[in-house]
Amino acid sequence: MPRTSSRKGPTNSSASSNSSTVDLFRAASGRAASKELERIDQLFYSYSSDGSSMIDPEGIESLCSDLEVDHTDVRILMLAWKMQAEKQGYFTLDEWRRGLKALRADTILKLKKALVDLEKEVRRPSNFADFYAYAFRYCLTEEKQKSIDIESICLLLDLVLGSQFRAQVDALIQYLKIQSDYKVINMDQWMGFYRFCNEVKFPDLSNYDPDQAWTLILDNFVDWLKSKRG
Amino acid sequence: MVKVPKSPLALKSKESFSMHGFGYDSSSDDYKVVTLSHYDTDNEHRPNDTFVDVKRGVWKRVDSSPYDHLAPQLPHWDMSFSGGFCEWGLSIGWLVTENRVPRLLLLLSIPAPGGFDVQMFVFNKLGGCLCLINARENGPMDVWTMKESDIDITTLSQSGGKNRKSRKCRGAIRKYEDLSGVFEKSIRRIKGKKRLRESEGKEEKKPRDSHLTPIRFPPQKMTMNQRNTIDLDQGWDFMQKGITKLKNILEGLPEPQFSSEDYMMLYTTIYNMCTQKPPHDYSQQLYDKYRESFEEYIQSTVLPALREKHDEFMLRELVKRWLNHKIMVRWLSRFFHYLDRYFIARRSLPALKEVGLTCFRDLVYQELNGKVRDAVISLIDQEREGEQIDRALLKNVLDIFVEIGMGQMDYYENDFEAAMLKDTAAYYSRKASNWILDDSCPDYMMKAEECLKREKDRVAHYLHSSSETKLLEVEDLSRMYRLFSKIPRGLEPVANIFKQHVTAEGTALVKQAEDAASNKKAEKKDIVGLQEQVFVRKVIELHDKFMAYVNDCFLNHTLFHKALKEAFEVFCNKGVAGSSSAELLATFCDNILKKGGSEKLSDEAIEETLEKVVKLLAYISDKDLFAEFYRKKLARRLLFDKSANDEHERSILTKLKQQCGGQFTSKMEGMVTDLTLARENQTSFEEYLSNNPNANPGIDLTVTVLTTGFWPSYKSFDLNLPAEMVKCVEVFREFYQTKTKHRKLTWIYSLGTCNINGKFEPKTIELIVTTYQAAALLLFNASDRLSYQEIMAQLNLSDDDVVRLLHSLSCAKYKILNKEPSTKTISSTDVFEFNSKFTDKMRRIKIPLPPVDEKKKVIEDVDKDRRYAIDASIVRIMKSRKVLGYQQLVMECVEQLGRMFKPDVKAIKKRIEDLITRDYLERDKDNPNLFKYLA
Repeated sequence: MPRTSSRKGPTNSSASSNSSTVDLFRAASGRAASKELERIDQLFYSYSSDGSSMIDPEGIESLCSDLEVDHTDVRILMLAWKMQAEKQGYFTLDEWRRGLKALRADTILKLKKALVDLEKEVRRPSNFADFYAYAFRYCLTEEKQKSIDIESICLLLDLVLGSQFRAQVDALIQYLKIQSDYKVINMDQWMGFYRFCNEVKFPDLSNYDPDQAWTLILDNFVDWLKSKRG
Repeated sequence: MVKVPKSPLALKSKESFSMHGFGYDSSSDDYKVVTLSHYDTDNEHRPNDTFVDVKRGVWKRVDSSPYDHLAPQLPHWDMSFSGGFCEWGLSIGWLVTENRVPRLLLLLSIPAPGGFDVQMFVFNKLGGCLCLINARENGPMDVWTMKESDIDITTLSQSGGKNRKSRKCRGAIRKYEDLSGVFEKSIRRIKGKKRLRESEGKEEKKPRDSHLTPIRFPPQKMTMNQRNTIDLDQGWDFMQKGITKLKNILEGLPEPQFSSEDYMMLYTTIYNMCTQKPPHDYSQQLYDKYRESFEEYIQSTVLPALREKHDEFMLRELVKRWLNHKIMVRWLSRFFHYLDRYFIARRSLPALKEVGLTCFRDLVYQELNGKVRDAVISLIDQEREGEQIDRALLKNVLDIFVEIGMGQMDYYENDFEAAMLKDTAAYYSRKASNWILDDSCPDYMMKAEECLKREKDRVAHYLHSSSETKLLEVEDLSRMYRLFSKIPRGLEPVANIFKQHVTAEGTALVKQAEDAASNKKAEKKDIVGLQEQVFVRKVIELHDKFMAYVNDCFLNHTLFHKALKEAFEVFCNKGVAGSSSAELLATFCDNILKKGGSEKLSDEAIEETLEKVVKLLAYISDKDLFAEFYRKKLARRLLFDKSANDEHERSILTKLKQQCGGQFTSKMEGMVTDLTLARENQTSFEEYLSNNPNANPGIDLTVTVLTTGFWPSYKSFDLNLPAEMVKCVEVFREFYQTKTKHRKLTWIYSLGTCNINGKFEPKTIELIVTTYQAAALLLFNASDRLSYQEIMAQLNLSDDDVVRLLHSLSCAKYKILNKEPSTKTISSTDVFEFNSKFTDKMRRIKIPLPPVDEKKKVIEDVDKDRRYAIDASIVRIMKSRKVLGYQQLVMECVEQLGRMFKPDVKAIKKRIEDLITRDYLERDKDNPNLFKYLA
């Protein structure tokens, strides 16, 4: 392998230069990386069904039980985000590698620990919006599907925003369940919920301006909240 | 008998004074009738003298005599002709020859023993001399002949024969007096008089009174009789007496009124003094003295009287003084009238009347107008505070401001109006700021309303005191407009008040209609619709009324048009008792246009009403809803032959097209055209049948082929047609295919009508039913009894339809089917049987099938169309703008669609959401208020 031969040169040279040190380091890390990659792949294959290039829902379930988290836990969704997994319930090898490499996790134990950091990473504001949008996209399972039914939206809301915006999410879910104008929610409305939670003072709603381009469902939600309050 | 044509130059007889003369004019060998007529109203003297050649029947205008205006004040007069000249005389002794240049010949007084108690007066030619015949009842008859300038008098003793003649004279005079077209030429006019001897000197009467001494003037044609020159002092002394007399009358001192002679003498004195040869022509001096007379009177009497009074008392004094002053001007300018004619005219000096008014303006008005203005404004403010004031006084005072301008409004505007406006503004802003401080917003609004109402009440009160109700109200509004138009932005509050008022009246109408509708509902539901009809009528009337105000009082100002529009938009869009105004208007039109509608109107009235309804439509925001309702009703009119008049149908479409554009009416026009085409189609179908006897289905069939897009959408159910009708449909389809290819016929049975014979035991009756009803009835040709379920299955109709049509056949007026159990409603377990005992006194009856309430469907259809319209509009806008802020987008969308309807912002939002889902738009990632168009 050319890499090995080139590695030899600088090692033998007494005059070690900075560059050779870097090379050395690089070589060492390269070696470690390839080892790591191997282990990541091994881990992948331990969950994928025989000969398949994908971990299917069943595999994910056993992964979850190894990680000791529920498969509906938000951290699994975060993991999927990290992998940029495209299809709900499935991880491809590429996605698996992308995610686990970034997390520097090549064993179940490391992965389990990494999830803690991953959650912190996701909660960083610069990432969260992306994660939030990803969560919606992740739920689009059908070809050309653009919207998600109210019931799933409620679950998803609770999952991704529940810990951060408890009161808003509870009220919103309550409203979504009793309203009859909408049966599905599109991406724009979904993003609107997040913006609402972030920007509107709750529960007094004092800075909610209906003349802004809030989605109609939020206008209605606010009207409903206000009328409920009397 | 000669008929004299009516003069085209004549003045209106009611408003003018006229007198007539008749004579023979040797120069043209013709008889002439002269009329001297003039307006003599309120000091205005407009003469209009004409004559007609009797033979030729042509009227001509002649220069009027400067003395015409004196004539009506005199009891007797007459006219005659000679040599192309008209000569006329007046009973107290005028003699005037009228030619191109009017000339005063002689002023004389008739020294008759009876004074001026003259019964008859004939003026004519006697033996080539002018003569006056002065006849008195039971008295001697005086005949005055004039030879050159001398006057001869003959007094005839009273005798029977002479009296007869005098009666004849009277007859002649009377004839002249009531000249109205027919003139009898009287030749005997002079014959009798010729016998009167002209006896010089004999029994000549000398004037008894020196004042009445004949005064002669120096006409060139006559031999001069020297007149003594009157010097200024002497003449003025005489004038002064007259002026003093006038002042005494004005001051209310005991003084007899002016007689005609007094007046004549004063006038003559001026005339004499102005016509003397220089240096004795005193025109200039008299002109100055005329002015001085006023100045002296004002300084010595008027001003002191005014200065000692204040406030309202001062105003009263001023009104009185102004009235007196005008009287003084009238009289003095008459005395000095000759100055106006020549001296003033020639030198282009201010006329006598103007001089008189100027004196008052310069001396009285200039000194007092500030004080007067303050007093008036203080009175107005008092009234605003609820006190009683003398409105008539106020009006009189304000009239002075107007009149003093002599046709110009400057004095009124500058000296009064401006200050009044300022005060009004100050008053109300003071009030308003107090109210705003003290009151809550609704209270403030109520007070403002109250204030508005008080202004109205005041006007109303004002109007009651006057007889010219309408005129004054209008005048008042006009004045208000004029007042407020003077201050910058001053009209806005007025327009605003106007708007509020119109809105209030309109809203009251809505309320009234609402109440009427709810009362009616409690009693009986049948006549619902009548109230709405009345309501629309009232709204039209309201619109007429206020539009007239805007045009006439507010000078068509755009601000007021806008106010009117906005006010109507407020209450016209409210709707009554669950019906939108769009529906009400469509129903209103339907009632007018359909046969036997509730309105019985002439063609012109219908046209006018339709015109007005269309105008109202401009205020309705849901024009698309109107169009849909209108189309529904139009469809019924056309398809069921209920349209009363094709021309009216087309006429209203033209009006709608003009106002709302071609797109608005294209479908409706298509419908009307469709019906014409359908008639042609039917004719060719009948031809087809007669050419193909085999094809004939044995039933008369009329098919109306309509173009899908033009007509409202109808549900086309798969009704199982009776076999007879299936044949019909097939025959027609075959025929239609021979005419057109690639066209699909969809049968709408719900709109069909059938005439079927019911063979009842008592007699056969022709039943006019719908196709649905017919299909149901024909089922009983095959079975005697059928259950609800069986009927429904065989007809293949929905429950709703089956219930409706079975109800019409078994529970309504005509019970063609017997129902078990015999109840008032249809249930799915009922069983039906043909009622063979049924009968009716008519041979043909119509069994109505109440139409399904279309309102809900119309509204749904409109909603659907609106969604498309909003989508299209948003895409149009975004396609051209690519990136656009949310608010801008909504605004442009509302603007684009506003001609058809007023889109709800929520509806627009909803469409935006939908377009985002469909990837037409996306929200900007960084600015959530920005949308981007996705090509």
